[in-house]
Amino acid sequence: MSTATVDTSHGHAHDAHGHHDEGFIKKYLWSTDHKIIGFQYMFTGMFMALIGGFTVYAFRMQLAFPGMSVPGFGRVTAHDYNSLVTTHGSVMIFWVAMPVLIAALGNYLIPLMIGCDDMVFPRLNRLSYQIFLVSALVLIASFFVDGGAFGGAWTSYPPLSAKAEYNLTPKGAPLWLIAVALEFVAFLLGGINFVTTVMNSRAPGMKMFDVPIVVWMIIIASILFMASVGPLVAGAVMLLFDQLVGTGFFDPAKGGDPVLWQHLFWFFGHPEVYVVLLPAMGVVAEIITVFSRKKLFAYKTVLYTAIGTGVLSFFVWAHHQFVAGIDPRMANIFSVTTLLISIPVAEMVFVYIATLYGGSIRLTTPMLWALAFLGEFLLGGVTGIFLGASGSDIYFHDTYFVIAHFHYTFFPIAFIGSFAAITYWFPKMFGRMMNETFGKVHFWGTIIAFNFIFIPLFFLGARGDHRRIYDYTNFPDLMKPGMQDLRVLATVALLVLLAFQVVFLANLFYSIFKGPKAEQNPWKANTLEWVAASPPPHGNFPELPTVYRGPYEYSHPDAAEDYWPQNQPPAGAAS
Amino acid sequence: MPTGRLAVWWVIASEIVIFGGVLGSYLMHRLGHPDWAYQSVHTNTWAGAFNTLVLLTSSLFAVLAHQEAAKGNGPKAARNLMLTVLGGLIFLVVKSFEWTHEIQHGYTLTSNTFWSFYYTAAGLHGFHVLAGMVIMLVVAADARKNRELQRVENIGIYWHFVDLVWIFLFPLLYIAK
Amino acid sequence: MLSHYLEIASSFGQDIDDLILLITLVVGFWFLLAQFLFFGFILKFRHTPENGRKAQYISGELKKEKRWVSIPHYATLFFDVLIIIAAIRIWQDVKMQMPQADSTVRVIAQQWAWTFVHPGPDNKLDTPDDIRTVDELHVELGKTYHFELQSRDVLHSFSVPAFRLKQDAIPGRTIKGWFKTTLSGGFDIQCTEICGIGHGLMPARILIEKAEEHAAWVKANAPMVAAAAPASPAAPAPTDAAPTGGSR
Ligand code: HEA
Ligand code: HEA
Ligand code: CUA
Ligand SMILES: [Cu+2]
Repeated sequence: MSTATVDTSHGHAHDAHGHHDEGFIKKYLWSTDHKIIGFQYMFTGMFMALIGGFTVYAFRMQLAFPGMSVPGFGRVTAHDYNSLVTTHGSVMIFWVAMPVLIAALGNYLIPLMIGCDDMVFPRLNRLSYQIFLVSALVLIASFFVDGGAFGGAWTSYPPLSAKAEYNLTPKGAPLWLIAVALEFVAFLLGGINFVTTVMNSRAPGMKMFDVPIVVWMIIIASILFMASVGPLVAGAVMLLFDQLVGTGFFDPAKGGDPVLWQHLFWFFGHPEVYVVLLPAMGVVAEIITVFSRKKLFAYKTVLYTAIGTGVLSFFVWAHHQFVAGIDPRMANIFSVTTLLISIPVAEMVFVYIATLYGGSIRLTTPMLWALAFLGEFLLGGVTGIFLGASGSDIYFHDTYFVIAHFHYTFFPIAFIGSFAAITYWFPKMFGRMMNETFGKVHFWGTIIAFNFIFIPLFFLGARGDHRRIYDYTNFPDLMKPGMQDLRVLATVALLVLLAFQVVFLANLFYSIFKGPKAEQNPWKANTLEWVAASPPPHGNFPELPTVYRGPYEYSHPDAAEDYWPQNQPPAGAAS
Repeated sequence: MPTGRLAVWWVIASEIVIFGGVLGSYLMHRLGHPDWAYQSVHTNTWAGAFNTLVLLTSSLFAVLAHQEAAKGNGPKAARNLMLTVLGGLIFLVVKSFEWTHEIQHGYTLTSNTFWSFYYTAAGLHGFHVLAGMVIMLVVAADARKNRELQRVENIGIYWHFVDLVWIFLFPLLYIAK
Repeated sequence: MLSHYLEIASSFGQDIDDLILLITLVVGFWFLLAQFLFFGFILKFRHTPENGRKAQYISGELKKEKRWVSIPHYATLFFDVLIIIAAIRIWQDVKMQMPQADSTVRVIAQQWAWTFVHPGPDNKLDTPDDIRTVDELHVELGKTYHFELQSRDVLHSFSVPAFRLKQDAIPGRTIKGWFKTTLSGGFDIQCTEICGIGHGLMPARILIEKAEEHAAWVKANAPMVAAAAPASPAAPAPTDAAPTGGSR
């Protein structure tokens, strides 16, 4: 089916966009179609990933070869270093992981997977993307103002972030803050849209437990986000006043309290890590079931553990502040809650592993990514325990051990998860297949290089490397034999990793235009998006589907084949 | 639940945490600084009380507007909405007199943390009042032509929320001495 | 295991290392078990055109199958409790109690240097014979110290990896802590909280000296006033409660 012919089936009024001869601008830049908005988020996120990748390239070169002139950047001064690290962290979390995993997948998949034609508020959706785009532009602009981009870390602790005389980025600091605040607004709007859509627009017959896990996860994540970001929005307003008007909310000299910001930040910041984790877990659930032809093991348990993780995540935030000068008795409480969160996560991981049991596993590229996510995330998860135990966090806090811990969670989420999602839904998105060989080359190159970057960082952290230091040669204890070699190893592995991304980008863009045509349901999957044409036209389905069963009925004894689409009427019924 | 109303509730849910953040921070400071009581003496409790009354009355008109809209009487609903907007306007006018007065007496945003909170919290709230008024004007314009009547209820719910926030702010900022 | 790379110079350093070892063993076991099952299943249940393997239908809702959930649940709970107990005991020791001190030093952080105030010959702070140094802290081997941590501008963090000790400094407050030295030598002091452009330029050294050496250093560096007029009972040290206690 080609786009042009199906377009006629779309017979009801959205706003003004029902015409066949939409111009390029209307179709791709000003569209209210959820799929186009999903693409906008996805490609913007990928572009921002290039920035996040470039910054890390520049500062890791400096770490490996202090003082060198980095090709493509020049000399990295202490000031540059801080700006680069700050931008890297902020971009990767707020402008890569969030848009790609929540906004792009949420927008693209939710209406398709719950069987409706669009989000309930298409124009709100468009506005959400536009605000997001502005936020990204503001962040990029902050590199080019007097004083340069903000360098006070993505956590932006005052008083450093509050006063230009301390951070020396009089314009960069407020711009950073404004960009982050705008990004929050965009995701609040998007989240409201997602939740309302899923509550009100599910296909007839789709009950609560027939909703695919990835949709559930995006919804839970959106709610977590909405419930946790508020205080930080308030905090951002307060910090902005401190920066621009001279109030003293966080200034002890004026009766304010700098630690208050840390509470506001981490009350959001910790749930935020699960906000990105859950959608990635959802993606993995979809893929491992399809490619092991297995029903998801204990669907409801997955759901409950996700909700449990979400609820617990509101009570652990101060584990980032054990040694920040909070009341030491508080550390005991937060150490307990932090370790308890390992229970639901452990259950989720074991449920996924159990899903593989008795399957018929096909190692396609999307499956490789999904499996790699589980394997790598495990290491990130268990190293969190070292940090959650207050006694050992005294030592590990703000060392590279923390860095390695959260890159073992974030990289799997933001990149491995995104690669899994993109390779899996690519046929639906673009109506063509990606090249498997290049896909596997990219996979192995990325995974191996990734481990060679971050395993050394665990060791460096354990040996005392602390964070956000542009040049370790000032520290005799950190220049003991072998340590610089590890830094060089990590940087070289990063270069390798970056080189392999070229394979991915080439494969992606080549396949979008030249790949072999994809069938409607190339992976023989059950969920509703595969009922629509590849790619689905505006309006998605020729007629809206009806749902008869859960999303994971693979290899069911009563079904004729090893999959049983959600919309296929039971054998008895007339079809 | 109708989609529009559902969405308004989610908007309110996320707004609650935002105001919760401001008020929580304020309370934390307030408890640590008993001396702030000497600052809040300089707020005008009567103006605040009058404004509370104004907002409550305007909420009443929002309810009336909803009733008319439920009966399908768009123009009447629109009229009641305009009265609600008027209430918002009076609120803002009173506020601006209050603030002018206070600023003239040297209590500005940067005087000390109490006044920073005072202006920030009330300002954030005032911003919501203003936004509510603008949306209400748009809704009223539609309602007058009997269009999109379900929105009358939705904006009403939002307005009650804005009202409620003030009910929290008023005692915390003005009365607690 | 850590001490192979980084000496332990404080009394609680070994405890923290032991805790790290304990956690490594516990989570290491579970990590390996999970990976073993994971790779095992992938290899065992792999579909190839030759074996033409068919998948089983397992809902995971049966009681027997629920073991996949309940075993990790209770096992993780059990080991969590184990780790929590060990962690909190050490936390109490390091951060919640203050053993009797032999001496007290003041550590003042600022953009981008450390000032250390040693009590001098009279072993009292805030007397004229105090010894102030920049980026060099001198302490005596085998003695218990209290430190008073202050900041003049932004957040900093006082970290001595060889002690396994770390504490943030907050402007406007004095934060107290303690350590007992157990190994002589010179070790890095790091600033581990980002504090602006010079955050990487705040290295300092802690020099742990044997008794005679330390006494000699004190003697050589004590300001002359001290020698002339033995310290008068000076103003008491600022307490940590006062929100404006820090110097700025
Ligand atoms: C998505 C990202 C993500 C995820 C999922 C996690 C997951 C966890 N994180 Fe992490 N974390 C970050 C991102 C993430 N974190 C970031 C970005 C920072 C640093 C921010 C900054 O300072 O810049 C950070 C920092 C951080 C700290 C502060 C460190 C410091 O600064 O001193 C702590 C401390 O408690 C912590 C703990 C944990 C724990 C306990 C989990 C748990 O959820 C992990 C649970 C999972 C498992 C435990 C594995 C599966 C279970 C088993 C195999 C069973 C066996 C286990 C046991 C017997 C215990 N993290
Ligand atoms: C999602 C989060 C995320 C991700 C994915 C990454 C990815 C990477 N990070 Fe980052 N990092 C952070 C979040 C993240 N980081 C945060 C929050 C901090 C703390 C900042 C602070 O202290 O303030 C940090 C800090 C940090 C440091 C510490 C700096 C310091 O303290 O001095 C280091 C050091 O090596 C580092 C390295 C890396 C490397 C080598 C990668 C590599 O994995 C990067 C690889 C990049 C690419 C491969 C990009 C190109 C790829 C594409 C274009 C493909 C298409 C894209 C999609 C499909 C989305 N990071
Ligand atoms: Cu001082 Cu970092
Ligand atoms: Cu956390």
